[in-house]
Amino acid sequence: MSAVLVFVDQHGAAADAGLSRRTQELLTLARAAGEPVAALAGPLSPAAHACLGAYGVGRIYQSEQSELFDYLAAPKADFLAQVAGELQPAAVLLENSAEGKEIAARLGIALSAGVICDAVGLDAGLHAQKSVLAGSYTVTCRATTAISIITVKSNSVHAEAAVTPAEPVVEAVSVSFGAASLAAKIIDRSATPASGRPELGDARIVVAGGRGVEGNFGPVEELADALGAAVGASRAATDAGWIEHSAQVGQTGKTVSPQLYISAGISGAIQQKAGMQTSKVIVAVNRDAESPIFEIADFGIIGDLFTVLPQATEEIKRRRG
Amino acid sequence: METSALNIVVLVKHVPDAQLNRQLSAQDYTVVRTDSILSELDEYALEAALTLVEERGGAAGGNNITALTMGPPAAVAAVKKALQIGAFEGVHLSDEALAGSDAAATSLALAALVRHLSTAEHPVDLIITGMASTDGESSLVPAQLAARLELPQLTFAASLEILSEGAEADGGARKAVIRRDGDTEAEMIAAALPAVVSVTDQINSPRYPNFKGIMAAKKKTVTTLSLADIGVDPAHVGSAGSWTAIDSAQARPARTAGTIITDEGNAGVLLVDFLAAQKLL
Repeated sequence: MSAVLVFVDQHGAAADAGLSRRTQELLTLARAAGEPVAALAGPLSPAAHACLGAYGVGRIYQSEQSELFDYLAAPKADFLAQVAGELQPAAVLLENSAEGKEIAARLGIALSAGVICDAVGLDAGLHAQKSVLAGSYTVTCRATTAISIITVKSNSVHAEAAVTPAEPVVEAVSVSFGAASLAAKIIDRSATPASGRPELGDARIVVAGGRGVEGNFGPVEELADALGAAVGASRAATDAGWIEHSAQVGQTGKTVSPQLYISAGISGAIQQKAGMQTSKVIVAVNRDAESPIFEIADFGIIGDLFTVLPQATEEIKRRRG
Repeated sequence: METSALNIVVLVKHVPDAQLNRQLSAQDYTVVRTDSILSELDEYALEAALTLVEERGGAAGGNNITALTMGPPAAVAAVKKALQIGAFEGVHLSDEALAGSDAAATSLALAALVRHLSTAEHPVDLIITGMASTDGESSLVPAQLAARLELPQLTFAASLEILSEGAEADGGARKAVIRRDGDTEAEMIAAALPAVVSVTDQINSPRYPNFKGIMAAKKKTVTTLSLADIGVDPAHVGSAGSWTAIDSAQARPARTAGTIITDEGNAGVLLVDFLAAQKLL
């Protein structure tokens, strides 16, 4: 059985931290396609060690070299290229974050291997499904090279531990970094304040506001909190500075596919639709009956979000007692 | 050329207008390129280049901005639009063998093209791109181009500055510094020039071409090059040179509108009823 290498980044993880749900999903996909092997950047906590074993990982290649975290993307690609050179896996799987895609891109050049990004499904034969042209097509694609490099979006598979756990053996790797890899140096980091809400890209439910909130995200946030949802926004709302840019859903923001997307005061122009039209259920609230969002809504309310959203929030709280 | 002057290459792409209904070809699943325009996200790259160059005295200060594209004959429209907005000259890599190139093949051709344009006399200092193309949407090309050129990669820049302080101490090396906003942290990243920079739509507000710019563009040169001109083997690009393939494509069934109601005072409650019926509560 060929190996499938999963990149696990534990930089800055707490001493008692296990593995993120995204990593558990990647390990689940890797196990379906071959023997899951981890390439771990950063510390290996006992909880992470146990979790890797539970997911059937028998081998962990680990490096904690500071260069991995002091420079952008390239050193991590060097690390994976070195491990893949030794292991010759059938595939390397990474998270579909901006950095994950860039590591994949560089690894592809290093290994002369095809890169597929934004995968939402992966079968045992390493055929990937993805949405293209802003969700208007679903394509099945694959790398035609000996090694496939694939970045997979969150929620593409239900994470499941292995039936037979493994006892992972750790092999320390000393990475030889390319001179050009130690070029883009991270000279400062500042943490973005945490909202306490689920991450937009991972959330099961998203409540999003647009131009119609007129600077007041209060009703959107209160409904989101009642539903345990993430808060999103249209580009009009982020451009106006009403909410941070990281909340933007759309062509130049995040693409989300939650179970439920509640759109409030968003007209639903193409730029917004590109980021949310693969949501399972779409609910729209807008005063303008002509808004294009109503063309794709499963349930649409022509009305004022400042009365509809608070009433819905109260009703949810009442039903939950 | 003054020491502070910059020779900048801006990558531009001719893409189907995202406002219209876009399609994949039924034969080979490539993007149907009718009704194409300059990719909106490339306007931010061009604006970033124009800002840097204007701060340094423009053309009179020895600066240059080359708008560069690869694509079929019609793709020259993206270069021409960039010239109207303010790029100084244009280069169009056009060759039938390029059709169907994936990110790896595209970056191979672009890397050869940048090397071809970067001479000892006029070395390229900066290669600026958008954060993604609005058709491929992958963001792979800037990272692959940096890897192939063995240049520093400064990607997803929400701000960009070129610093030349301490130039003597560094042997005259200038530095690019960007801010990159992630989900959990913002990073400041620095690298010596030359470098590959990709910029987000947060970095600036792109200008529109004005009448003067449109007239001036008529006098600007666009050089058309083939793969042979830049020394690339046609077998290494296009569908044949790509490392990925699409096996099938299905148009997503159009979403149809569901129930639309007008609020008569209880729409919030009806919304919750709907969520309960869908088992979403």
